[in-house]
Amino acid sequence: MNNLLVANSVSKSFGDFKALNNVSIEVAKGSIFGLLGPNGAGKTTLIRIINQITMPDAGEILLDGAPLKPHNIRDIGYLPEERGLYKSMKVGEQAIYLAQLKGLTKQEAKDRLKYWFDKLDIGDWWNKKIQELSKGQAQKIQFIVTVLHRPKLLIFDEPFSGFDPINASLIKDEILQLRDEGATVIFSTHRMESVEELCDHIALIHKSNKVLDGKLTDVKRQFKTNTFEVGLQSSNPEEVTRLIKEQFEVFPATFRNLSDDVKMNIKLPQNTSPNDLLSFLTSKAEIHHFVEVIPSANDIFIQTVKNN
Amino acid sequence: MNHLPLIIKREYLNKVRNKSFIVMTFLSPIIMIALIAVVAYLSQMSNDKQRTISIVDETGLVGDVFESSEYTTYTLLDNLPFDAAKELVKGNNNFGLLYIKKSADTTKLVERINFYSDESPSLSIISGLERHIEKRLSDVKLQNEGVDIEQIRASKTRVNIAQETFEGEKTSKIDSYLKLAFGGAAGYLLFMFIIIYGNMIMRSVIEEKTSRIIEIIISSVKPIQLMMGKIIGTSLAGVTQFVIWIILGGVLLSVVSAIFGVDLMQIQSPQQEMINQAMTASDAQNMAQELITGFINLPILNLCVAFLFFFIGGYLLYSSLYAAIGAAVDNETDTQQFMMPIIMPLVLAVYVGVFTVIEDPHGTVSTVFSFIPFTSPVVMLMRIPFGVPIWQQLLSFAILVCTFVFTVWFAAKIYRVGILMYGKKPTYKELFKWLKY
Repeated sequence: MNNLLVANSVSKSFGDFKALNNVSIEVAKGSIFGLLGPNGAGKTTLIRIINQITMPDAGEILLDGAPLKPHNIRDIGYLPEERGLYKSMKVGEQAIYLAQLKGLTKQEAKDRLKYWFDKLDIGDWWNKKIQELSKGQAQKIQFIVTVLHRPKLLIFDEPFSGFDPINASLIKDEILQLRDEGATVIFSTHRMESVEELCDHIALIHKSNKVLDGKLTDVKRQFKTNTFEVGLQSSNPEEVTRLIKEQFEVFPATFRNLSDDVKMNIKLPQNTSPNDLLSFLTSKAEIHHFVEVIPSANDIFIQTVKNN
Repeated sequence: MNHLPLIIKREYLNKVRNKSFIVMTFLSPIIMIALIAVVAYLSQMSNDKQRTISIVDETGLVGDVFESSEYTTYTLLDNLPFDAAKELVKGNNNFGLLYIKKSADTTKLVERINFYSDESPSLSIISGLERHIEKRLSDVKLQNEGVDIEQIRASKTRVNIAQETFEGEKTSKIDSYLKLAFGGAAGYLLFMFIIIYGNMIMRSVIEEKTSRIIEIIISSVKPIQLMMGKIIGTSLAGVTQFVIWIILGGVLLSVVSAIFGVDLMQIQSPQQEMINQAMTASDAQNMAQELITGFINLPILNLCVAFLFFFIGGYLLYSSLYAAIGAAVDNETDTQQFMMPIIMPLVLAVYVGVFTVIEDPHGTVSTVFSFIPFTSPVVMLMRIPFGVPIWQQLLSFAILVCTFVFTVWFAAKIYRVGILMYGKKPTYKELFKWLKY
């Protein structure tokens, strides 16, 4: 059993609106799973079903191979996108309360909170009220509360929104560390650069359906177009360009390097290997730059959503 | 996992520690008592003022009916001409001058009575004077007709029908008043409690929504647990507040009356003074006796038990609806459209209680309304002092419990969906749809 969480053809409707249609995902243990999709695609509904906030109309969720039970809320830590805290409650008191709701005893909660408050260097916030904190500061508390009960599965919905770059990278490192310590992470965001950085596996939901699923590297392989970014130097750039254009499909390229005369993206036909291109180019000019164009998560997202 | 105690504790502490709650709890009785004290003090001030009213009675018929009392002194100015009397009264700084002009015809006398004063006199002074004169004049008329006043006095009878139930239980008018007071107080207390603390529950649900903490909480506890925790926690805070109000109010009242030396319970106005004069000592004793027996005759145990159950049942019924409303909306201004259906039956219940139960506690209207779950807590509480058969109470309570279970289910449904809905003002149609989610 290598999957911590499995969703089997989950469907959910709200009245006439179908929020999720037969969506299945598999989240491997110890991985970071990116749950992507445009606004209103159904991500939050799926996350709420995993958290047992809403019940699915059809399908089932398995955690560690067994259907979800009410006691499983202890195994999950959820940081919702729409998040807040009781404004007039003190930070420490509130954190203890929320931890107790997740099944920790008061003492356990206190000890662990002390650890986290020291780690993030916010010990002096303990007796402040939430309304005295800034948004980013409150987000830190929310993050701590989410991970405090050491759940097997962590679900972060836009965890970095509201953080400055320093704190965002701090939180990112914490997430990675939690993953290394054995936690499995479901990560929902619109920031493709963090998907690129963090996710091992992605699934894309669009208009209630899962339209893409797989390891990030596999997905990229699937989306690559056999295109290469090329920078050449030649005494006769016009001639070289003409010769290449005769032979291959060419697009303009915009990368930076030192004074190339010829810059272009060259798309190879299906059965042509990069070596063929290289040997062709070697005979025409001096090669200074040769990189395969790998589709970014951003490109994949836009392309998939547009095509559906 | 049962988080209910934890949630109740948080809700309770959160309410009780809230600054405005504390201020309200301690300030309200102080303000109330201060108001009572001020009113009492002021009315005593005005009563303290000694007034002298001079009387010029040219007829000689009326002058001697006025007896000076603690605050008002009547001086009879014998055979002084009007102008001289006026000057005298002004000179002595008297309150006013009652002038009864001579007339041959006693029947015409009525039109010849005038009162002169610096400031216009209060209604109670004038009507007091009028009452005295009227009585004397009608006596005079009767005497002129040859009727013996003493005979008439002797013929005056007071009837006090002794009431007794078939079971041999004695009741009296005072009993009825006492029952009314108890029933009314119980019903009204419930009404107030629902309005004040129902609203508090609603606001606290809205607060959870607007602070966006709800989804974090809901991923740990079942919505119905959160809702029940809120209702119970807030109610306990409410009970705490009520108890403090009663204790503090009682203490303050006795302190204030000790300091001011005023028996606040017996603020006397001139009218009351006259009534009290009219009532003989034995009457007063009788009344006290009747009050005590009336109190003993009340179905105290039944009243207490029924109060507890109907109070809790009715309160939970309404507060679950308040919680549902809080969940359905985004902010307090949107609650208006949903408040009407809650307030209407409550107000109706109080109206039925006040107008119908008093008239006829066991009539059709009262009985029917004491079974309808939304009005039954208030109406039944008002009826019980008059003696309601146990089977009726049980049936009514059973209906109340069934409805309560239903409304909690209904409220929980709306609550579950509503707390995660932001940004739109729901309509009734949408609420109905939520039930099917």
